[in-house]
Amino acid sequence: MSIEMEDGSRVAVIGGGPAGSLSAYFLLVFASRMELSLNIDIYEPRDFAKSGPGGCNMCGGIVSESLVQALAIEGINLPPEIVQRGIDSYVLHTDGDTIKIDTPLKEMRIAAIHRGGGPRDVQDVKWGGLDGYLLGLAKDLGANVISARVGELCWDDGRPQVRLKDQSKTYDLLVGATGVNSSGWELFESLGFRGKRPVTTKAYITELGLGQETISRYFGNSMHVFFVDVPRLDCAAMIPKGDYLTLCLLGKDIDRELIDRFFALDAVKRCFPATWDLEQGTCHCSPKINMKEAEKPALDRVVLVGDCGVTRLYKDGIGAAYRTAKAAARTAIFSGVSAADFEKHYSPTYRSIASDNRYGSFIFGVTHWIKALRPLLNGCVRMAGKEQHLPGASKRMSTVLWDMFTGSAPYRDIFFRTLDPRFIGGFTWNSARATVSRQNGKGH
Amino acid sequence: MADGALGKEYDDGEIICRQGERGECMYVVQSGHARVLREGASGETPIGELAAGDIFGEMAIFDKQPRSATIRAQGAARVLTLDRRAFLRRVHEDPSLAFEILKKMSQRIRTLDDEVLRLRHLSQ
Repeated sequence: MSIEMEDGSRVAVIGGGPAGSLSAYFLLVFASRMELSLNIDIYEPRDFAKSGPGGCNMCGGIVSESLVQALAIEGINLPPEIVQRGIDSYVLHTDGDTIKIDTPLKEMRIAAIHRGGGPRDVQDVKWGGLDGYLLGLAKDLGANVISARVGELCWDDGRPQVRLKDQSKTYDLLVGATGVNSSGWELFESLGFRGKRPVTTKAYITELGLGQETISRYFGNSMHVFFVDVPRLDCAAMIPKGDYLTLCLLGKDIDRELIDRFFALDAVKRCFPATWDLEQGTCHCSPKINMKEAEKPALDRVVLVGDCGVTRLYKDGIGAAYRTAKAAARTAIFSGVSAADFEKHYSPTYRSIASDNRYGSFIFGVTHWIKALRPLLNGCVRMAGKEQHLPGASKRMSTVLWDMFTGSAPYRDIFFRTLDPRFIGGFTWNSARATVSRQNGKGH
Repeated sequence: MADGALGKEYDDGEIICRQGERGECMYVVQSGHARVLREGASGETPIGELAAGDIFGEMAIFDKQPRSATIRAQGAARVLTLDRRAFLRRVHEDPSLAFEILKKMSQRIRTLDDEVLRLRHLSQ
């Protein structure tokens, strides 16, 4: 049975990160199209203008190419006050090689941002954070931001109720957007979510304050990706921003030993000025990241969006927040807010992200093999290097790597592109040639 | 400051897309202005102006016809390119993504209606 939103319906959004802000934003946009007036409260205890952990949502800080484009169509053009650097290329580092791969259009379509006010040691705040910007968009449309931590969630005559220390409020719809780094899931379980929670692991993020000049000189406008054979490390990337360089290590339970091993690699050391004391970043964190979706994303009048439900494996988490937030808002306004409504209209988006992650898992598993098998790694680098002189559609390896590292295309698309006989043939040929060249002492 | 602007910078007068070309993408103006020009035997005739936030080049994506006009930067302009295939894939997943474009196209039809009416009055 459907439960419809009405004029004057009240909505609580728990969490003011991108998933929460975009949920409120799209609820208000769609409600306006249907000439409905909604009262939306966003509960967010953090002040995103603050530097350090108080204003940060612990993230690598990349808005993917596909999300930049989707937001632009929505009328949300990320301004230079938020975007610290436009990224137009990536540099692939292996133990022995470094190659730069430009975007097909040589255009800056990836945004390097900070989520909050910047690292804890920031001296001069020159840019705003993405989370504050998106929250501002929701506020501009009429959402009310309540700067408080939610103490308890419960039911009040079939409607969700939010309890703070000294007050409580009942709503027609509750949107859970707490991510996986807070106690949000305990709150949702008290409402009756009984399925499996999201499966998480720990990542590592540090902000290195090299200064704008050094970053521009050594890292340019490229995302630096490391294709190195370190056990448990699925992905390592350095993202140049304004005055800081963000290092992200993603994989299975990133620990101190793995971090030290990564910093000791020649491929890493040679990126930095010789005088730079590696790892002197004072702002670092080990956030949990969602590896597998929560089993159940909705109840009657309650829906989970963003990381606390499902996100994209390793890449484009903000893009997944956008997709789930919009799908939930679309369902709520145009279909209804019952569990059946969400199952019929929201779950397809939710499940498609989850099923795409299965392809992602497989692809990252295969890349472990490639990194460990020298002939294949050399073939991959050789093929991508040779492609730089070819027209766009012929850059098969470069585009696969680009989409994998930047999160610009679904993992499923990437997977099927690697099954193209021309990709397999090129990869096999280049692996053989790279092996012969190296045996003859002629490195690539 | 690092270059935090997205898209591609075009110089004054530089062509962003040309009338008659096949349209593989559409565009969103990020900053600055651009002129919409119709090319004919007598040269280029200005038929419109674009500013930050405006989307153009979408007609060729929807109707698969060649570009209907040439767009030139008016002063320095920054423009973001949107891929045709990525856009169409997204719209099939989320048809509401096309709503903003439909809204802008409706506004353009209204403007054209006014223009047709004005020209009819002039010719009578």
